[in-house]
Order: sequence, then C-alpha cells, then structure tokens
Amino acid sequence: MKITKPAFVGAAALAVAVTAAACSSSSSSASASASGTSGGSGITVGVTISTLNNPYFVQFKNGVQAEASKLGVNATVTDANNDASQQADQVQNFVSQGDKAIIINPVDSSAAAPSVTLASRSHIPVISADRGVTGATVTQTVASDNVTGGKLAAQQLGKLLGGKGKIIVLEGTPGTSAANDREKGFTEGIAEFPGIQVVAQQSANFDRTDALNVTTNLYQAHPDINGVFAANDEMGLGAVKALGAKAGHQIKVVAFDGTPDGLQAVQAGQINVDIAQQPNLLGQLAVEAAVQAAKGHKVPVNNAIPVKIATAANVKQFLSAS
Amino acid sequence: MTAVTLRGRLPGRLQTALGENGALLGLVAIVVVMSLLSGNFLTVTNLLNVGVQAAVTAILAFGSTFVIVTAGIDLSVGAVAALAAVVLAWSAGSAGLPWPIALIIGLAVGVVAGLLNGVLVSFGKLPPFIATLATQGVGRGLALVISAGSPIILPGAVSHLGDTIGSYLPVPVIVMLVMGVITAFLLSRTYSGRAMYAIGGNEEAARLSGIKINRQKLVTYALSGLFAAIAGIVLASRLDSAQPDAATGYELDAIAAVVIGGASLSGGKGRAFGTFVGALILATLRNGLNLLSVSSFWQEVVIGVVIALAVLIDSLRQRNAA
Repeated sequence: MKITKPAFVGAAALAVAVTAAACSSSSSSASASASGTSGGSGITVGVTISTLNNPYFVQFKNGVQAEASKLGVNATVTDANNDASQQADQVQNFVSQGDKAIIINPVDSSAAAPSVTLASRSHIPVISADRGVTGATVTQTVASDNVTGGKLAAQQLGKLLGGKGKIIVLEGTPGTSAANDREKGFTEGIAEFPGIQVVAQQSANFDRTDALNVTTNLYQAHPDINGVFAANDEMGLGAVKALGAKAGHQIKVVAFDGTPDGLQAVQAGQINVDIAQQPNLLGQLAVEAAVQAAKGHKVPVNNAIPVKIATAANVKQFLSAS
Repeated sequence: MTAVTLRGRLPGRLQTALGENGALLGLVAIVVVMSLLSGNFLTVTNLLNVGVQAAVTAILAFGSTFVIVTAGIDLSVGAVAALAAVVLAWSAGSAGLPWPIALIIGLAVGVVAGLLNGVLVSFGKLPPFIATLATQGVGRGLALVISAGSPIILPGAVSHLGDTIGSYLPVPVIVMLVMGVITAFLLSRTYSGRAMYAIGGNEEAARLSGIKINRQKLVTYALSGLFAAIAGIVLASRLDSAQPDAATGYELDAIAAVVIGGASLSGGKGRAFGTFVGALILATLRNGLNLLSVSSFWQEVVIGVVIALAVLIDSLRQRNAA
C-alpha cells in the first residue's frame, strides 16, 4: 500500500508539532509544560491575555511570570489575539487541564462571562485583570482605577490648555471596562472645564495604526484642535505620528498607560502627560491573588491599583523603574 | 478519476476509500502522538472541548465544501457569520422582535449574502475570489454599522445553542454533526449536489449536458451563506453576544479544512466527511499545542505548515493522476 497524501500530511504535521513543542519548552522561561509538576507547590495557574501585541500587556505578562517563579507556581500564559472565542477556547482548555486558578484579561468584558461561569462550575477561582467581567462574578477584579485615571487625564489636559480650547478623544476598544471607565472618568473631569469643547470622539481600539488613521482623518476635519486625549499609549503614539511636529507643542497630547514607548515620548516632548499604570505590579498582584484563592483563602473582591502622573519633569524616575 | 454520476457504489471502493480517508489516518496519528505527549489530551472533557472548538470552523467548512467542489471559493463566510449574528442580536434586542423571528432573519441574511455572491459569480461573471472578497468587505462593514462597533447581547433563548446538555453533550457539537450529515446528503443524494461535482469537474461539459450552471451556482453560494449564518450564530451563542469582529480570518481556516480533507481547489472533488476530518485536524492541533503550552506564535507556524503540505501533496497527486 503506497503512503498517500493524508498519512504523509499527518506524519509531517506531527514532526513539526513535536519540534515546535521541543523548541517552545526549551526556550521558554517561566511557562511550564502541562505534563508533570515541577513547581514547589504544584499549583498551575492558567493566564489568558487579550493580546501580546501591546507592550502594556507584555509588561503585565512579565509581572505574572516573575511573581509565579517567586512563589514557585507554574503559570501557563496564552495570547488570545483579541479574539473573544479564542479566549473562550483557552479558558476551556485550562479548566479541563485541571488548573487550580485562572487569570483572565478579557478581550470583551461580557463575552468572557460564559467562560467564567464554566470555571466557577468546576470551582476554579477566576481573577480578572486590567478589565472587569460583566454578567458573571469573578473571585477578584484587579485593575487600575481607570475612572480616577480618566479624571486625572482630563484635569491635566484642562490645565495644559489653560481651561479653553478644542480637543479630540481617542477611545479604547468598545465593550471593554477599561475603555468605558476611562471615558467615564474623562467626561466627568472635562466637564469641570466649560471652556473646553470635545469636537470629536472616536474609538481607535487601543491600537497604534488605527489611531494613526483616525487622528489623520479627524485632524483633516478639525484642523484647529488644541489637544488630544488618547485612552492608551499605543493610540497616543499613533496620534503623535499623525500630528507630526505639532504633537506636544501646539497640540497637547495626554495619554494613558505608562509603557516604555509612551514614557520615551514624554521625555521627547511629544506626549505632554502620561497617566502611568503599573502593569508589572498588576501582573504580580493578579498571581498573588490567584494563588491565595487557589489555596482556599479569601481575597478582596476588588483591588484597585492607583495610577501615577508622568510628565517631562518626573519621567526619568518612571523610566528607571520600569 | 472523479466519477461524477456514480458516487459511492463503485467496485474497487476500497481503493478510493483509502485514498480519500487518508485524512482520517492523519487525524488518528495526530491524536496518538498528542496523547503520548500530554496526559490531559485523551480525556472525555478535552475531546469534547476539541469538538466544540472545531464546531464553528467545521460548519463554515461544510458550507465552503459546496463552493470549492464547484471550483469556486468563498472568502466572505467569516464576515457573513458575524453579520448574521449581529443582525439576529439586533433584531431581538433593539428591534424587539421575538427570538424565532430574529433567528429566521439572521439565517435569511446568510442566504441573501450567498445569493449576492452567486449573482456576482454567475451573471456578473466575476471570479469568485473577487466577488466574495467584495461581499466580505460589505458584510464586515455592515456588521460594524449595525452594531456601532460594540458587541450586542444575544437573546437568552438563542444563546442556549452554546450550552452543554447534561455534562457531556455540547450543543455546538450536535449542530456540527447535523450540518455534516446534511452536507453529505446534499452532495451525494441530490441533483444540485451532483451538479456541483459536474460544474467543478468540467464546467463546459456540465453546461452541454443540460445543467443550468447559473442556477446551480446560485444554489451553491446560497448554501455557503446559510451555513455561514448558522456558524456565526453558534459562535455568538458561545459568547452570549454577537461580536462585529467575530470570525475574522475564519474563512481561511474553513478553506484549509476543506483542502486538508481531500478536496481540490480546482473543483470536482470533496466530501463532507473529509471536510469534517480536516476541521478536526485543525482543532486537534490547536488544542494539543495549547495543552503542551506551545506558544501561540509557534502554533500559527505549525498550522501553516500543515496547510502547505496538504495542498502541495494534493497538487502532486493531481499531476500524477491518470
């Protein structure tokens, strides 16, 4: 019997799969293999992050892995590629693997609800990080205080513009609590500056390229703007690209996140104020809470991490810390 | 040689069966190796997970089988899936229609999109690639317009499609199996099915033998659209919400599943069972690699290699065919 196509395909696929598995486990640092326990306490935590295509979440992942190796637990980190159903698949896999706790950074706050319900039915504690889950109860939500952060951003922008001018707002991915909370906080804060008019408000999905395009278009429509608020650094950097030399000078830019790229832009004077989150700390606290919950201890339902304000004056201390 | 008029009753069936069921051998090989590499793979829960994770791609792929058998291609299935779910959710939500009506409207959207493709391809004489590429853009755009970019909650009754009956019968798997049986029936036991093979094998000969090519192409693409709508609704029910950017890129997975399963992109060949196995191979690879904690970046490499191999061997076999 001659070996025809699909047996060959199967064999070849296996060869590649096995090679990839070998490469991945030999080159990965803190991520573990599912077979066998190697950590001190034998606890495996499944972590699904919305996307690793954003330095903010890369820092979050670093915090997760650092804390995991400190506590001696295995943390399996997966990337959901901003696809809510891929994330649902990943949580499903964590549950059937028998992970003792799950950390989820939801792609969409309401689409994550069925996954959380599934995990709860198997008595696996779920920690929601950076964004909340609506429609299901998680063991703990650990996130920056995005509402206060949005308000601070508004106050800073208002101060920079001397209380009057026209601004545009770049919002985050619709449906995420981060985007909603920052927008809510910003709107509350900017209302205290009646001389400032929001001429346009659009979502750029927390993405740099999207923000570049959106800002270019909005700037065409409103060439007389004085300021921009971007709900995250990636969008802020996209806006900076679109505004060219005016960014930070004639047109004030306030961003949110405090990623290394964002802080560099603050140092270069292209972004005036960056509301800095502490994603590394967020990752650490998420793992801490996950392990506590896995061991059966009670954890607070909400853990709001304070944000800090980075400006050209104090940016050096942020850069050295990250 | 593909036999257009005699399906499944040829002597020497064993030979054909081995050749066309080679995909099954490949799947078995992958399952064996995955179970050896990971203790968590061959559990009932995990295998059911694989089924659920394969379901949406499989349903999309069943619809695409009709099109690929006619030597066409349908790039719009992902967008139509999302659009159908969004329209359903919007009809039941904002428009306040009762859910059975909303469900019918959602399915109708799929059929209409398919008919649009069919008209462009048959009467407009556009290459299927271009026609369906255009529909993809329109479909995705409309999904974003209707939903204003945000996910819409699905009516409770419809989201039960994402549930699991008891502990062991996931509804998406049942839907997938039913659609598979329907596909097999349509392809092998109906006039339209036989016409699809004829058109794919040799369109001119099919026309000369009296088959109404234009009408049959309309049927083919309409079926593809209908199946896409069903897939979209099942996908949305897993997340309890219709996401406008759902199923982005899934059309390529669907095409890959069809091709891995033994169909030829130049038409005339393809079976429902082969497509089913192709979809399972993709889902098993992804699930297995997840369990082995292979990074999602390497997973993409593996999937790409498998697809490339499948098509390569198919074209080699074509060249060697009598």
